[in-house]
Amino acid sequence: MNAKTRNVLLVGVGGQGTILAGRVLAEGLLSFGYDVKMSEIHGMAQRGGSVSTHVRYGTKVYSPVICRGEADVVAAFEKMEALRRLPYLSPGGRLIVNNHEIFPMPVILGEAEYPREIEKTLSAVAPGTFVVEATKTAEDLGNTKVMNMVLLGAVVKSLGLDGMDWSGTFRACVPPRTVEVNERAFAAGMNLLPG
Amino acid sequence: MKAILSGNEAVAQGAWEAGCHVAAAYPGTPGTEILENLGRFPEVYCEWSPNEKVALEVASGASIAGARALSAMKHVGLNVAADPFFTMSYIGVNGGLVIVSADDPGLSSSQNEQDNRWYAIHAKVPMLEPSDSRECLDFTRAAFDISERFDTPVLLRLTTRICHGKSVVETGERVETAVREYRRNLAKNAMLPAFAKQKHYMVEKRLDDLREYGESSPLNSAEMVDGAEIGVIASGVGYQYAREALGDGASFLKIGFSWPLPRRLIREFASKVKILWVVEENDPFLETEIRAMGIPCFGKDVLPVVDELTPAIVARAVLGKKLAQALEAELPPPNRPPLLCPGCPHRGLFFPLGKKKDVIVTGDIGCYGLGSMPPLNVGETTICMGAGFSAAIGFQKAGEKAGRNQKVFGILGDSTFFHSGITGLIDAVVNKSRGVFVIMDNRITAMTGQQENPGSGRTLSGEDTVALDIPKICEACGVRRENIHVVDPYDLKASGEAVDRAWAAEELSVIVTTRPCALLKDVQKEREGLKCSVDEERCVLCGACLNLGCPAITKRGRIVIDQAACNGCGLCVQVCPKKAIGREGEAR
Repeated sequence: MNAKTRNVLLVGVGGQGTILAGRVLAEGLLSFGYDVKMSEIHGMAQRGGSVSTHVRYGTKVYSPVICRGEADVVAAFEKMEALRRLPYLSPGGRLIVNNHEIFPMPVILGEAEYPREIEKTLSAVAPGTFVVEATKTAEDLGNTKVMNMVLLGAVVKSLGLDGMDWSGTFRACVPPRTVEVNERAFAAGMNLLPG
Repeated sequence: MKAILSGNEAVAQGAWEAGCHVAAAYPGTPGTEILENLGRFPEVYCEWSPNEKVALEVASGASIAGARALSAMKHVGLNVAADPFFTMSYIGVNGGLVIVSADDPGLSSSQNEQDNRWYAIHAKVPMLEPSDSRECLDFTRAAFDISERFDTPVLLRLTTRICHGKSVVETGERVETAVREYRRNLAKNAMLPAFAKQKHYMVEKRLDDLREYGESSPLNSAEMVDGAEIGVIASGVGYQYAREALGDGASFLKIGFSWPLPRRLIREFASKVKILWVVEENDPFLETEIRAMGIPCFGKDVLPVVDELTPAIVARAVLGKKLAQALEAELPPPNRPPLLCPGCPHRGLFFPLGKKKDVIVTGDIGCYGLGSMPPLNVGETTICMGAGFSAAIGFQKAGEKAGRNQKVFGILGDSTFFHSGITGLIDAVVNKSRGVFVIMDNRITAMTGQQENPGSGRTLSGEDTVALDIPKICEACGVRRENIHVVDPYDLKASGEAVDRAWAAEELSVIVTTRPCALLKDVQKEREGLKCSVDEERCVLCGACLNLGCPAITKRGRIVIDQAACNGCGLCVQVCPKKAIGREGEAR
């Protein structure tokens, strides 16, 4: 087991399922024998605000939060949120961006502009940027809500944890009738990333 | 068994394992999930109380009667419950009494950033500060034992990162405790002045005993590193941050039993290190005491008092380490403030109210606080639970003195009305205030994630119960029936008329809105088939619908309504001047 603590940041918009994705990740890591700490901010989570879930694992984890510049993987469930949390990514870290836009109220009201060319900007600063069609992949599976598991699949592959057995974790974390679609979304997510 | 639990879940597990019999709370982020999780154990009677004062009084009564009892609240909730809290310190306990204060450094969802550790000093009760979920479980169990052993309520102080952080815990079995015998004892339990005076001596003596206990309590522990010059005294999540930042480069004195402070332990630790740091979030609580002991240390002269700490902040302060080189893109994203949900019934009253001239709106703590954000812009103040009504009275009186031609609307929700709004209403009636009170009754405590309240007709454990009738209560409080306007906020015309009538009224009026929260499962099911959509041929892109601030409606060249988010409330249909928005489907 790797002694170094690994850091995963899941970011998005309230209601997108970052917390559940973090929970599945953490439960899986526990079952593989890691010490795990996780941190999230609720409260505004359902009200369309900007949200993030920190997951840290290793042999012994102290802080429940990740510092700026130290995330091995940042997965953005919404494109603009990738930009907001970019400073958390470690140089050389992997940034997985769901190619999906959710306009915040200042943009809806015309008081601010949704940033253009986010992918280009991110790729220029962070060479480890991968833009994926997670929402579309989930739609193709017939359930847009499992977009979070598509991204989780990509995250797990980035961490080199794709060889582990995750099936028990899904059974423990999601309602029985959604286990299958969640698992398919997870597998599809792994396939979105190259080798 | 090993499990990953949040701090809140772990406190619930710990209370259950400790044989807790009774628990009471009013929901408040970040501590809400303690009771939600404790409520899953049939062995523990759990209730949502109308407010924190009632909750702590319920727990206090149970404790005096011999049961192990717990009351949980967020930091500002302890302000509400401060009255019984201070006197329970004098009375002490029969069955163990644990009071959880969930503080919110960094203000992730609160109106202030108060550090409730000072309450331990002020009320003269012991305080435990767990630093992760494992300790939440262990310390909760220990708290019940300390409470009974020293005849004192115990303050268990958490913070947001502890409450909502998750880490690995070792769960155990419940140890059944018998409800202790109760014997009438006025000198102990009735704090009339003559008895209370005697009890104060007991409280002071108890503090001495607790201080002695803390010196050898396993909740405090030192980790000495040979050759390390730096020593850190820390509590709560501050310990985890410091441990992460300094690793084995420092010795640690971890304070879990943080009031009264173990002074000998601290003196001994300080004598063994060359440079002493105190790492704690928010106020210099430990530091003030340590400095008062004449021990020089570094702390809040370098570390911030405001907001949360992080390992990086600690490393920068203690080691002078530069912050890690963070990647930056020169493309600042706009803010993403939280919003009223798609289909939120509050919008239907805020919209006509926001259009009204010469109106002042005093707000309260709940979803309706989001109505003060653009584009609705309704609301001037947010102070505390209940102040939406009582502050309105002061606003109205001041306006009259100044000769302002304004009408004051005080706004709060159903849960807040039962919490402490009702007393403001009584005040307004008796003292002849002329304002308008609005109760946005969405049939649930929505902001904290849908907890039952006295109007919802269900208890914490899901049993059916009496649902209090808000208009009738208002009438019973002395508001004249013709001045009580009950409206469906999805009907903009009716809402607008109610606002007009209330504005014009010479006497105190009340508006009660009656649509349940859009996020309630039943509501979502019922309205699943209802959708609004835009007829692009009629739409002239005037943007009238955008002024509702509904997150389901966006403009991307054309106006688009997100069909997954829309619940067909139909407000946009009503505001569109070109009749370009239609609603399809039927409610089930």
